[in-house]
Amino acid sequence: MKALTKHREIWLGLAILLLLVIVTARFPRFAQPQNLLTIFNDTSILMMLALGQMVVILTRSIDLSMAANLALTGMIVAMTNAAFPGVPIPLLMAMCVVIGAGLGAFNGVLVWKLSIPPIVVTLGTLTIYRGLVFVISNGAWVNAAQMSPDFINLQRMVFLGLPLLSWFAIVVALLFWLMMTRTPLGRSFYAIGVNPTAAVYTGINVGRTKFMAFTIAGAMAGLCGYLWVSRYVIASTEVASGYELTIIAACVIGGVSIAGGIGTVAGVLLGAIFLGVINNALPVINISPFWQMAISGSAILLAVVLNARGEQRKGRIILKKAEAV
Amino acid sequence: MTDTTAPHRRLPNRLDSPFKATVLSWESLLVLVAIAIFILNSLASPYFLNEWSLSDMTFNFTEKALIALAMALLIISGEIDLSVAAIIALASTLMGWALQFGADTPALVAIGIGTGILCGAFNGFLVTGLKLPSIVVTIGTMSLFRGISFIILGDQSFKGYPASFSWFGQGYVYWVISFELVLFLVCAAIYFVLLQRTNFGRRVYAIGNNDVAAEFSGVRVARTKFILFCLTGLMSGMAAVLLTARLGSTRPSIAEGWELEAITMVVLGGVSILGGAGSIVGVVLAALIMGLVTFGLGLLNVPGIVMSIFIGALLIMVIALPILFRMWRQRSTVRSA
Repeated sequence: MKALTKHREIWLGLAILLLLVIVTARFPRFAQPQNLLTIFNDTSILMMLALGQMVVILTRSIDLSMAANLALTGMIVAMTNAAFPGVPIPLLMAMCVVIGAGLGAFNGVLVWKLSIPPIVVTLGTLTIYRGLVFVISNGAWVNAAQMSPDFINLQRMVFLGLPLLSWFAIVVALLFWLMMTRTPLGRSFYAIGVNPTAAVYTGINVGRTKFMAFTIAGAMAGLCGYLWVSRYVIASTEVASGYELTIIAACVIGGVSIAGGIGTVAGVLLGAIFLGVINNALPVINISPFWQMAISGSAILLAVVLNARGEQRKGRIILKKAEAV
Repeated sequence: MTDTTAPHRRLPNRLDSPFKATVLSWESLLVLVAIAIFILNSLASPYFLNEWSLSDMTFNFTEKALIALAMALLIISGEIDLSVAAIIALASTLMGWALQFGADTPALVAIGIGTGILCGAFNGFLVTGLKLPSIVVTIGTMSLFRGISFIILGDQSFKGYPASFSWFGQGYVYWVISFELVLFLVCAAIYFVLLQRTNFGRRVYAIGNNDVAAEFSGVRVARTKFILFCLTGLMSGMAAVLLTARLGSTRPSIAEGWELEAITMVVLGGVSILGGAGSIVGVVLAALIMGLVTFGLGLLNVPGIVMSIFIGALLIMVIALPILFRMWRQRSTVRSA
């Protein structure tokens, strides 16, 4: 089982390398370290969001409201910055995480206390959060002129050769890795995904664990709300519209099983980078950006076929053991 | 949700379902909600109670509701299709493309509906043939289908549909009764009979409740699900014909977000998202309610995006309230005992 997932990450890594080699063969400048770092930086937000989504999917749930959460938190923080330019940015970021976590916790409470299926809950909150962006902003945009220079420039500051945005992604990835592999909470995400009934018998509160997963995903969406708005220097109702599916795509490509219980931090990071490389390579090899959607769709389908193969093999092994007994 | 995507590992315990107890009175609750919104609308706007206003109102939901009918069966069987709006985009794009080569109205309709069926069959093949979870498959085909539209159209659009074609989306059969409404009512009747009066319908429920048991009782689970995906594709193709005819133009972003609205109608209509329970009457009522809400708010000049807050809140509340009510009753009986 473990060997299989590791296998999978190696294959995904090789696929990304192959992609890089093909593009570089025609355009040698593509593989220059500076360009690769740019791709990493471009993908940072997707990585953090996908890690949040991974935790939710591991628990056999799904969060369709992440992009709407991101847009709402981004709008709140942009309007706060426009109205009170003096508020220090770290405080604003803390505010983002708290608001995002709150919106995620709302999803979590509905799933936990009322046991409404997650897809219904987040389908509802997706439209509610997105609508609230319009209500609080009155449909207006917050643009570069209204944002303070600090607000825009913080993530562009370079530390040890990398922009702070990349560092955020690295730190978040490390924290997720620690959580998933070194804490009881991380283990319980896997446990209730693999077998919720067995998880109950081992003393895990399934509802509360799902609540934690939604809160964590919300916190990620909130943090990325600020990062997205300051990166693209615009806050509007349409921010990250439809992005929830890209986030899920990164997870699926990264080997997270939609049936829960299977998925790793490394896999999700590679899944996000895979999409990032494709998005950056298309303009370079002169394919119209309109191809992007169809290509990522095909990548999702391919990934899910491969995922299913891995899971089927797992089932067969269990049966053989059962026969032996 | 993801439970529905692992067909051979799950034996759902219906006793735990919060839906079963509520579904009995669900339709009556929906009728009450519909009447309440109807009265609120007529009090709120003097323009509402007018035969042409009411006729316009039906255009708000007929196309989405057509998809919701087939989606209801699909969800009852324990699967889901998120690619329906993308199928509309692809079908509409191919119709517009054929128009450039001088296709006439019957050909356009055939292309639209044919594209829908093919897309549905593709989804069905991936889900039943390769045994993949439908939620991920249709997220993938959603990008793929709409992606192909973007490849063909880019930032362009197709226009200039013939008048005989536009009639499908703009024509009236009699007085204020539009063709779209008649088509929807006919389809609703067909789906009602199909789901609630035929063997096929019983099999759909059986699969949704326990597909392993259904398989052992001789139901061809894979084939039935494949047919349901094709039906959903067919209805999306029909919706594409109506919508394209009504708008008179095709852009790759056509019908964006409709998959969520169609699913909202289905869930609001009392269909269990976990599969196995639900009725067509409920879905039709839910479609009517969504049409009434959006049209009423439109008359009050509420922007579309704000309406979506009401729809989202309606979706959650309608499901949460009966659960809350039951929890409150249980607590009070425990206290009195």
